[in-house]
Amino acid sequence: MTATRKKLVLVGNGMAGVWAIEHLLKLAPEAYEITIFGSEPHPNYNRIMLSSVLAGGANMDEIIINDLEWYRSHNITLYIGQTVTAIDTDKRVIYSDKGIETEYDELILATGSHPFMLPLPGADKKGVIAFRDIKDCEIMQETAKSYRKAVVIGGGLLGLEAARGLLHLGMEVSVVHINEYIMERQLDQPASIMLRKELEDQGMKFLLNKQSEAILGQKRVKSLLFADGSTVEADLIVMAVGIKPNIKLAQKSGITINRGIVVNDYMETNIPGISAVGECAEHRGIAYGLVAPLYEQGAVLAKRLAGVVTEGYAGSVTSTKLKVSGVNVFSAGQFTEPENSRALRFQDEIDGVYKKLVIQNDKLIGAVLFGDTNDGAQLFSMIKKGENIKGREKELLLGISADAFSAGQGNRLEEMADDEIICGCNGVSKGRIAEAIQSEGCTSVGQIKACTKASASCGGCKPLVEGLLQLYAGDAVVTVKEGICGCTPLGRDEIVSEIKRMELKTVKEVMNVLEWNVEEGCSKCRPSLNYYLGMLWPEEYVDEKESRFTNERYHANIQKDGTYSVVPRIYGGVTSPAALKKIAEVAEKFDVPMVKFTGGQRIDLLGVKKEDLPKMWEELDMPSGHAYGKTLRTVKTCVGSTFCRFGTQDAIGMGIRLEKEFERLTAPAKVKLAVSGCPRNCAEATIKDFGVVAIDGGWELHIGGNGGVHVRATDLLCVVKTDDEVVEWASAFLQYYRESAGWNERTAAWVERVGVDSVKKALENREDRLALQERIQKTLSLTTDPWKQIVNEPELRKNFEPITQPETV
Amino acid sequence: MNKMLVGKVTDIDLLGSRTFRVNDTDIALFRLSDGEVLAVENKCPHKGGALSEGMVCGSKVHCPLHDWRIDLHSGAVQEPDTGCVPTFNVEIDPDNGSIYVTI
Repeated sequence: MTATRKKLVLVGNGMAGVWAIEHLLKLAPEAYEITIFGSEPHPNYNRIMLSSVLAGGANMDEIIINDLEWYRSHNITLYIGQTVTAIDTDKRVIYSDKGIETEYDELILATGSHPFMLPLPGADKKGVIAFRDIKDCEIMQETAKSYRKAVVIGGGLLGLEAARGLLHLGMEVSVVHINEYIMERQLDQPASIMLRKELEDQGMKFLLNKQSEAILGQKRVKSLLFADGSTVEADLIVMAVGIKPNIKLAQKSGITINRGIVVNDYMETNIPGISAVGECAEHRGIAYGLVAPLYEQGAVLAKRLAGVVTEGYAGSVTSTKLKVSGVNVFSAGQFTEPENSRALRFQDEIDGVYKKLVIQNDKLIGAVLFGDTNDGAQLFSMIKKGENIKGREKELLLGISADAFSAGQGNRLEEMADDEIICGCNGVSKGRIAEAIQSEGCTSVGQIKACTKASASCGGCKPLVEGLLQLYAGDAVVTVKEGICGCTPLGRDEIVSEIKRMELKTVKEVMNVLEWNVEEGCSKCRPSLNYYLGMLWPEEYVDEKESRFTNERYHANIQKDGTYSVVPRIYGGVTSPAALKKIAEVAEKFDVPMVKFTGGQRIDLLGVKKEDLPKMWEELDMPSGHAYGKTLRTVKTCVGSTFCRFGTQDAIGMGIRLEKEFERLTAPAKVKLAVSGCPRNCAEATIKDFGVVAIDGGWELHIGGNGGVHVRATDLLCVVKTDDEVVEWASAFLQYYRESAGWNERTAAWVERVGVDSVKKALENREDRLALQERIQKTLSLTTDPWKQIVNEPELRKNFEPITQPETV
Repeated sequence: MNKMLVGKVTDIDLLGSRTFRVNDTDIALFRLSDGEVLAVENKCPHKGGALSEGMVCGSKVHCPLHDWRIDLHSGAVQEPDTGCVPTFNVEIDPDNGSIYVTI
């Protein structure tokens, strides 16, 4: 079998060549014995992601496309750090600089391109580099540690990405450009100006209409001199003025070259048995420097080598997306207006949006988008298809109406060939995504991303991936979203009303009766059901500790090393010398590695061993601070009228009263309260779940605030006069939240979802408030301090200790 | 290979876990809802989380740190995550409920 395999040699271990090999292995896994040479000392990596590496969005490992294991598992002989220096086209043998000779039946040249280095005097000084490979990135990262000033020559795509990366590394960056407009090869003037302003806002400086003349300095670069006599200081100069195909090897071997290695529609050179693909190849007069054409060329080459019929490669329409954070730029096709074409423009300088469509003979031939590039993928697909857009021009410019959009997109996606590339960054075809949905069961963009890497890099193709998901998964997409987790298609409200209607009383019962599709559920639904049952049947339901998270089972916060933290209750944040002494003594006795104050004015003893927890609680003899559960956490207070000269009410007294009132209350998610003694609001009450702010002669009550991931300021619920009213409203609000929100839904998200008016309406009648208050008091009356309970019950306490020391039998 | 007596079935709550240490290895014992007792190394292959502290659902345990799911029979991590935890053979004396683990 092996003896009959033909020998295939690939020169160039980059994206284009290895993609062609990957494709070939799928079509004809047994046909060739494959050898790959690469001059960089790395396995195949995603070069276009280098800008993400510089900008800190990815690390080097993440951009490796095929690791060494991949080569091994496909029996590919790989020589890295070796350059092929000669080809004997008669004997069909290649020679490397390290003395390797390899015969071939088929040879693929995928030598890529070189960065074009301006032949300036001084260009050989230290600190002058290109932006092309991992080594260049490493030099930039290294330089940024000890130098400040970077100059990038070239205001094109690559130059701007390099400049953004250097800014991210903390350098001062100037971009030198020979033209008045940056990215003039992809953008028209209005878009170019908007882009420049945006980048200037990010801190980039521009030196436009500047012709570089010489690089000055001793051993290392000091400055750059321009033709007009001016200079700019530089510790690092990055040349990003363009690339030129790497054709040296082909030229020496008698292969026809022009700008690149000349190939026909089947990627064949003029010499039998030798093909070329990627940036080194020139097809119909064009040598491409972008990623998408590489995939299209590689697919054609792989088919030919595998003996599969192919129509050949007819050239690529390319699109550009600038991979710079915070800036959305898209350009495709003819972006300046050729003769006989017409353009539609939309310019909004308030939101910084610019769109232009170029139309010829009722077909879209080009587009430029700035600010809002969501339609880029659709427009690009229309340009490639050459479909007639007569009558839809304005709709396309101003945003496509939802119906027309999905209908149109559906058709386009349906007609699209299976091998058309959807994700240009990772070379994922429509067929691969369809397979992931249909055979591998992906039902969300996230799953498709994990499965195929489509939309995992720049994200530009996400709308197309969503479209394919609709097309192939249809209703399945919707069903999955509805349930509270993967174990059931039922949502929170359905589950709660069924529990009530059928009076279900245990987690197991709910799962059986409501036909859970996973026996014993998962770590999402089990705690949810445990909460709903406890909320609905406070007197009868026996809390299932096995359906609670670690923290709520052990009444302490698990840390990353498996130790726990202990936070005693300190009502309103007010303590005493005696209590502090006791905490200090216990901390010393148990060798607590860290003692710190929490954000909620409590003392946190961190790094406690699990088996020490009950002993510490016993010695502390203080109630649990519940700093670990979906419960009332803390009531934060300011000093208020007790001491503060601005205080209008007794904030401390109110805080302590509220904390004693609601201590141990279980809730859908953690609940934080605060009381401020005057509108200066030192207790930050307006980012709490329930915030109380004193005013002269009364209290303002605020709800639905959050200081976490999504900061949300509270909404004002009402203003009341007396302390009792504060407690009445707080009780009613908290109980209404307990009864209406989904498990794990903070008040901020819940208020946002149901609307603050609906909450106000539910609480506006005193009768309703008192009924709610009665229910919350009932629940609260049934709670006990968990620390004390564990300390006193050996059956609970045993779970904190290791099992008896094992003995060999 | 050592067979060890490590305790009684009733020492472990249903859907609960207890641990013991042999040499330098922490081992977690789990008792499933059907009474079966299983033993695995008490260390999630992801970030080393203590599996004994996790929630037991069916014959899987959810790691308390990042919710990785580990099959307690095979020790295999549920996809899309990958990895495996060493498992140990458990025998139970039906007469007195003694648990024997072979290390």
